[in-house]
Amino acid sequence: MELTRSIFSEKYSVTVTDLETYLNEALSRGGDYADLYFEYRINHAIVLEEQIIKSATKGVNLGVGVRVISGEKTGYAHSDDLNRDNIIKAARTAAFIANASTHGGKVQVPTPLNPGRNLYSIPVFPAELEIAQKIRLLRDADLAARAYDPRITQVQASYVDETKHVLIVTSDGKASWDLQPMVRMNVMCIAEEGGKRQSGYQGGGGRRALEVFTGDLDPKALAQESARQAILQLAAVDAPAGPMEVVLGPGWPGILLHEAIGHGLEADFNRKKTSAFAGLVGQKVASELCTVVDDGTIPFRRGSLNVDDEGNPTNQTVLIEKGILQGYLQDRLSAKLMKSDLTGNGRRQSYDHIPLPRMTNTFMMAGESDPEDIIRSVKKGLYAVQFGGGQVDITSGKFVFSASEAYLIEDGHITAPVKGATLIGDGPTVLRQVTAVGNDLKLDQGIGICGKDGQTIPVSVGLPTIKIREITVGGTEK
Amino acid sequence: MPDLQASAQHVIDHARKAGATTADVMIREDNSFSVTVRMGEVETLKEAISRSLMLRVFVGKRTATSHTSDLNDKMVEQLVDETVEMAKLTSEDESGGLPDEAVRRDGFADLQLLDPSWDDLTPAERIDLAVQTEAAALSTDKAITNSEGSSFEYTRSKTALANTRGFNGAYEGTGGALFCVPIAQSKDGMQRDHWMSAARHRKQMESPQEIGKKAAARALRRLGARKVPTGEVAVVFDPLSARSLLGHVFEAVSGSAIYRRSSFLIDQIGASVAADNITIVDDALMPAGLGSSPFDDEGVPTRVTPIIENGVLRNYLHSAYTARKLSGRPTGNGSRAASGVVTIGPTNFYLKAGQYTPDEIISSIKKGLYVVELIGFGVNTVTGDYSRGAVGIWIEDGKFVHPVQEVTIAGNLREMLKNIEMVGNDVTFLGSIAAPTLKVTNMVISGE
Repeated sequence: MELTRSIFSEKYSVTVTDLETYLNEALSRGGDYADLYFEYRINHAIVLEEQIIKSATKGVNLGVGVRVISGEKTGYAHSDDLNRDNIIKAARTAAFIANASTHGGKVQVPTPLNPGRNLYSIPVFPAELEIAQKIRLLRDADLAARAYDPRITQVQASYVDETKHVLIVTSDGKASWDLQPMVRMNVMCIAEEGGKRQSGYQGGGGRRALEVFTGDLDPKALAQESARQAILQLAAVDAPAGPMEVVLGPGWPGILLHEAIGHGLEADFNRKKTSAFAGLVGQKVASELCTVVDDGTIPFRRGSLNVDDEGNPTNQTVLIEKGILQGYLQDRLSAKLMKSDLTGNGRRQSYDHIPLPRMTNTFMMAGESDPEDIIRSVKKGLYAVQFGGGQVDITSGKFVFSASEAYLIEDGHITAPVKGATLIGDGPTVLRQVTAVGNDLKLDQGIGICGKDGQTIPVSVGLPTIKIREITVGGTEK
Repeated sequence: MPDLQASAQHVIDHARKAGATTADVMIREDNSFSVTVRMGEVETLKEAISRSLMLRVFVGKRTATSHTSDLNDKMVEQLVDETVEMAKLTSEDESGGLPDEAVRRDGFADLQLLDPSWDDLTPAERIDLAVQTEAAALSTDKAITNSEGSSFEYTRSKTALANTRGFNGAYEGTGGALFCVPIAQSKDGMQRDHWMSAARHRKQMESPQEIGKKAAARALRRLGARKVPTGEVAVVFDPLSARSLLGHVFEAVSGSAIYRRSSFLIDQIGASVAADNITIVDDALMPAGLGSSPFDDEGVPTRVTPIIENGVLRNYLHSAYTARKLSGRPTGNGSRAASGVVTIGPTNFYLKAGQYTPDEIISSIKKGLYVVELIGFGVNTVTGDYSRGAVGIWIEDGKFVHPVQEVTIAGNLREMLKNIEMVGNDVTFLGSIAAPTLKVTNMVISGE
């Protein structure tokens, strides 16, 4: 096998024989399958606050996770270094799960599996660049936010980059490696006026070079948007309470899809029949205006991967087509037990975590309506364009997502900005209430973080402008 | 833990050689085991030793931090050199520096953090704890038809901290936890809920039977949940959901939110910010407390800090940095994030028990919602604005009537704290932050 392109062979002299030894050890007690996940991750973070560079941080994570599967059981252990004895020890620990006396599954010679594409081919990784260049971005953001309005009293700007090398080797003979860049900038502002204080936030990035911070994601643009939100909120009125018609703006409000249906369609919950979506494939779960996909193959996106964290190529997976539920997001274990095809959605936070079925970039396809017509068609409702986080109870199907920038719609016109409010709905039925889909699909600017079972991973979402007939808005104004 | 302390000292010595004016380093080693059992079978078993090193250096008044999971000497020395170089590129910050309190000390109070008897449990016995817990839930009622599983987790961790002022200390602690997440089903659909117990000592943990039964009862009582009309009523938070309110108070009194002016509690020391039955403390010295430790992540001796006394705000929580920024003193709440950056963390941050039983509180309500779970992130600690998804039980004339879901509760934390009319006697410790049952006189429920 040509492992030469992988840092693990170049820098740490891991050989094919080593890999076979570890896998054989992992299957020594009778497991059906084993895999190794080597990870070497470097990250940098810089924070500007009170107009000075407060901190610079570097992080190094190096280790190997060993997984053994025996039927529905998973054994897992990891080593915090690439020391041979420690990896063998981890393999033996993971093997404990199989708990059989006989020698287990056969290890096939790993052969390279390469999807033959690079979704994040960039000339220079941000991690390689001088810190001074990154500091300049933060200073630009700070100046722009303060210049936006004298009521901006605090600005916190942060920059993070990450370079992640992975090598994934399986006992059924697949070896994949990848080099995954990531960069992100955030700007948070506090605005104060007459004893009132409000905050604004904007961020962006992706699997990109430092040049990503131009155009919409220029530090000045990020800062001005953050400042605009904080100033706007100073004049916000109480949000309404009760069910009402809601228009969601394009882009980040796609978090609706992530919470309302995405998590509920992760295969593990459906295999165990703990999801409100279990058994609904082939049934109508949305209005026929809705087609929803999870696509891990969009170049340079935050949720994209050449191969997932189990070494399988990512895909475009249609979750809902014209309102009909098509299928689930699979990892290896669930796909095998459900006798389903792999979708390339096995992901993990790092080498010390077990892979799980997870989303990548999840969005709704554009429709045909003019966004302005959609707003004009609403007599009384809410127009929500920016959101904080969301959460879902996949068993009951109830989900929330919290608007951070929203306006009242009165007689077809956008009027007063309202304070932040949580919207709550039911996953398997909310998309049936979609009565219009705009022609303006937009993906978010590269800020999504998704949590499940204590593991966080980068994701992306997207949405065109949509209208929902009725959803409960959790304000205070009855 | 002479090995970890020696490694920490080596890092400090190297940092000085590399040009650091001052530095501190924390090394943590976690020996952890976890098992998840579902429908009687082991689903996952995980065991590992994890190490992490977190370094902070100062070059004059400039600082940088780093962290690594790779503790190989050569690797660490290279990282120390890079960290010193990085620090030279940051800005001078007058408030920076090691805490004055973190100096050489002999001996620390024994806070009973360690119970070595956990180690006597064989892997089979550990698995059995989870099996028994789930079995107890599944056998409670035939409506418990499924399970997200039960798990047992155990960690024995060592922490060593050293700095250039001669501080070099270490402590070791254990912690076990048992979780149970059963699913109940009826014609109206599925409902899940959970119960757990967490303790540093084996004998403090609830039995598998108790945990399983409680979890099952919690899931069962949610069957048939529905929306309620939008309106303004009394809201009772059970100890689990009340705990999240305390979490918001913790964020609002942390020194970093105060100097950033991003808290609804700024400029209010000495002012009445809550009902006069409210007393909140941060107590790092609680024997065997889940959040107890002899010194914080900067080497500052820990203590008991009154936060709110009978409704009056007394103190903010500080690291060395926020204390200097706000002319206070470090409170022993310096906490290192995984990145190595020092932030503010709670120790045992809790609202002291009141006089009422949960039943007395529920009986006092004519019309209201008893909240058992809150979801979402609709809390703005800058303004105090609060709006979250809630699951609970509807109360009428002092009695539970039916379960409720798909509603939100909204208000403002400032008013919610002032409107806590009754405080329960049932403080429940499941982590660093704890609370008893709390009754808030009125909030807006949004539903139908």
